[in-house]
Amino acid sequence: MNKKVQIVIIGGGPAGLAAALAAKKNGVNDILILERDNILGGILNQCIHNGFGLHTFKEELTGPEYAGRYIDMVLEEKIPYKLDTMVIDINKDKEVTYINKEDGLQTIQAEAVILAMGCRERPRGALNIPGYRPAGIYTAGTAQRLMNIEGHMVGRKVVILGSGDIGLIMARRMTLEGAKVEVVAELMPYSGGLKRNIVQCLDDYGIPLKLSHTVIGIEGKDHVEGITIAEVDANRKPIPGTEEHYEADTLLLSCGLIPENELTKGIGAGMNPVTNGPLVNDKLETDADGVFACGNVLHVHDLVDYVSEEATLAGANAAAYVLGGAGKEGRRVKITCDNGVRYTVPQTLDITNMNDKVVVRFRVADVYKDRSICVYYDDEKVSSVKKRVLAPGEMEQVILKKESFDKYPDVTNIRICTEE
Amino acid sequence: MSIMDQDVVIIGAGVVGAAIAREISRYDLKVCVIEKEEDVCSGTSKANSAIVHAGFDAKPGSVKAKYNLEGNLMMGQLSKDLDFEFKQNGSMVLCFDEADRPALDELYQRGLDNGVQGLEIITGDEARKIEPNISDEVVAAMIARTGGIVCPFGLTIALAENAADNGVSFKFNTEVQNIVKIDGGYKVATNNEEITTKYIVNAAGVYADVIHNMVSSQKIHITPRKGDYMLMDKEVGGLVSHTIFQLPGKYGKGILVTPTVHGNLLAGPTAVDVDDKECTATTAEELADVSMKANKSVKNVPFRQTITSFSGLRAHEDGDDFIIGECSDAEGFFDAAGIESPGLTSAPAIGAELAKEIAEKAGAQEKSDWNGYRKGIPHVSQLSFEERAELIKQNPAYGTIICRCEEISEGEIVDAINRTLGAKSMDGIKRRTRAGMGRCQAGFCTPRTIEILARELGIKPDEVCKNRPGSELIVGD
Repeated sequence: MNKKVQIVIIGGGPAGLAAALAAKKNGVNDILILERDNILGGILNQCIHNGFGLHTFKEELTGPEYAGRYIDMVLEEKIPYKLDTMVIDINKDKEVTYINKEDGLQTIQAEAVILAMGCRERPRGALNIPGYRPAGIYTAGTAQRLMNIEGHMVGRKVVILGSGDIGLIMARRMTLEGAKVEVVAELMPYSGGLKRNIVQCLDDYGIPLKLSHTVIGIEGKDHVEGITIAEVDANRKPIPGTEEHYEADTLLLSCGLIPENELTKGIGAGMNPVTNGPLVNDKLETDADGVFACGNVLHVHDLVDYVSEEATLAGANAAAYVLGGAGKEGRRVKITCDNGVRYTVPQTLDITNMNDKVVVRFRVADVYKDRSICVYYDDEKVSSVKKRVLAPGEMEQVILKKESFDKYPDVTNIRICTEE
Repeated sequence: MSIMDQDVVIIGAGVVGAAIAREISRYDLKVCVIEKEEDVCSGTSKANSAIVHAGFDAKPGSVKAKYNLEGNLMMGQLSKDLDFEFKQNGSMVLCFDEADRPALDELYQRGLDNGVQGLEIITGDEARKIEPNISDEVVAAMIARTGGIVCPFGLTIALAENAADNGVSFKFNTEVQNIVKIDGGYKVATNNEEITTKYIVNAAGVYADVIHNMVSSQKIHITPRKGDYMLMDKEVGGLVSHTIFQLPGKYGKGILVTPTVHGNLLAGPTAVDVDDKECTATTAEELADVSMKANKSVKNVPFRQTITSFSGLRAHEDGDDFIIGECSDAEGFFDAAGIESPGLTSAPAIGAELAKEIAEKAGAQEKSDWNGYRKGIPHVSQLSFEERAELIKQNPAYGTIICRCEEISEGEIVDAINRTLGAKSMDGIKRRTRAGMGRCQAGFCTPRTIEILARELGIKPDEVCKNRPGSELIVGD
């Protein structure tokens, strides 16, 4: 007979911690967090820069401080957790199998599961950069861990490909540690990172950001010795004659994050090919009954504050699920997107049983100036908010109010789009 | 005759050198393998198609045809004796044009002439029934049931470990600089030491011509023929179950698409002759060529799911065949040269043959205590839940996962470092355990693997290398 736990949370990063606290607050005591690393807090532990918590705590914290606040609350609430513990399987019956040193291999029967596994970085191989495979090529997050947790310097002369937030943060971090960051090359004509990071991490240190550029050559067979970048055309193909060569011992890659959903797929939950995360309803429940998802495993966020907010909702809903307060299914409406909106989370909304307010988060496909974010209930435009700039690096949101459906009880589709 | 340091020096610790070492370890001979890299399986053996060829491709009567068939027949038992991954998944050769049917028939006939069993020609529709994802343009295909796939690292490392366990010594970071004929043998000068030996085996891969030409006036010439590959995520490893070849035709020798024994999908190789025997850099043109040609065989190969690309060099000799045996003008010097495809398949047979020849010449006796079995590192993630629970009970280190993607535990990594011919580098660990070979390509496990390597080897983290000296991962604290 397997051990039973009411809510099993996979991952003890910001999403898992906030979900656990919310589940506890909503009346569930039988919770277990399973964390694969040797500390709680997830990737925040290596994010020693500030800028976290402005929304959640109304003050600016470092990553470890932000994580620390949640860890303290989890400890205070005496929510059980296991470290160095890897979940290797979840089946359709919500049997969660994990391994660690102390317990060996164990299977527990969960009533509800909250997926909070986070994401991984896109590796070099997925970027199709030709050349040798020498030492000195790191994803930005790996370099960040080596520097900030292990205390190792990864290089002295650095080229960064990709302007995701971790890459921008690492440009500043390596500069502060005495390395020379020669350039940040970005394949796209816009950055995938936050504007504030471009200003505070590149501009303030005189590090050039070259948009529409990519790495076309890596020199050095044993260790990186030089990097060649080139400008790309509209089809992202390098333009001959635009090559620039940099002497460098390190290439950092910050070219996108991929939600880690191998376990999710195992449960049989449907996936969204745009986010690489599971499809969820407004309760953040996947289409596997009683399995919820939040944080970067659901879709990659720009700010951890939004992760915490989303995870709080997932935790509360999981608690309602196991306590039988989830209510029966009401009128479910699809949320679709087009014209510059790449995806939405959630993808469906139960307009009968929804909370008073539901936040729908999304990202746009390109940099847009002076566009409006519009919401349609079927063919009728119900809201339009003018935005000076929209960028793929920044997550956007609209709030759908329950009362707004009073006038549209028969709505069949909610559509979110941008309009000029 | 003065006393020699060694009876046999084998130059090169790739799959051929390792196979010869393992076979020759049966005899009461003092044998040493010297390798210029820091580990076994560091050249061509680590970057190839990982195919156990059925044997229909080689010209009947050629050296390649002989060893291919023999090697193919040995592989199943060897994989059991030495505990490495091998699967007889079968090969399928696709024909896209009725006009090429005679060429397919000719290939079939060549296979029969070579003694290959299990060949059959089928229609395009029959082929699509077996492999639903192959191209609609396929008009006919040949099935070769004895074709297989193997872990090239597993095979090479297993052979080398078994050789070492049976008394063969290995010297790494040791590069041959010169070979001089001396009375009763040879003196091999390396960057580290001079070694005298009665016999030499030349298994130097793309450098086999350089080594051969040090002792023989009958010069050989090897062209490194580069091939680029793309390896895709395990999620799409089931796209095809057979190894899918293209009938050699107007597109050249073609690109194969195959599952690997680990469940990934592999496409490649290109064939570009290069001058540099170290040139293993992929190029954008060749990678584009791989995807273009692979898509001819299989519909919509999911190259977006590529997790890594790599390049390997085949040792192509001008005579277009293996050169196996004692050199006619250098007594006691044995070649295993020009080993390109089907070299991986042929290696066990080449090893058996050369070991026998050398033992006979040396008048050596078989050892009574020779042990032809070797047990590999446990593949913990592949065990049943019950077996896994039991193993973690015995050694809790098997319960701490270091590489998430491939689910490789600390116990397996420590095993890889501390066993016979243990890993000394990140790549050494990768090839022995698969840690770092998954979809994140060592993003998460690199910091912890560095830590474990430093701890187990008693070195500083900044001394940990990716592979050879000069490939240190971090520059300091």
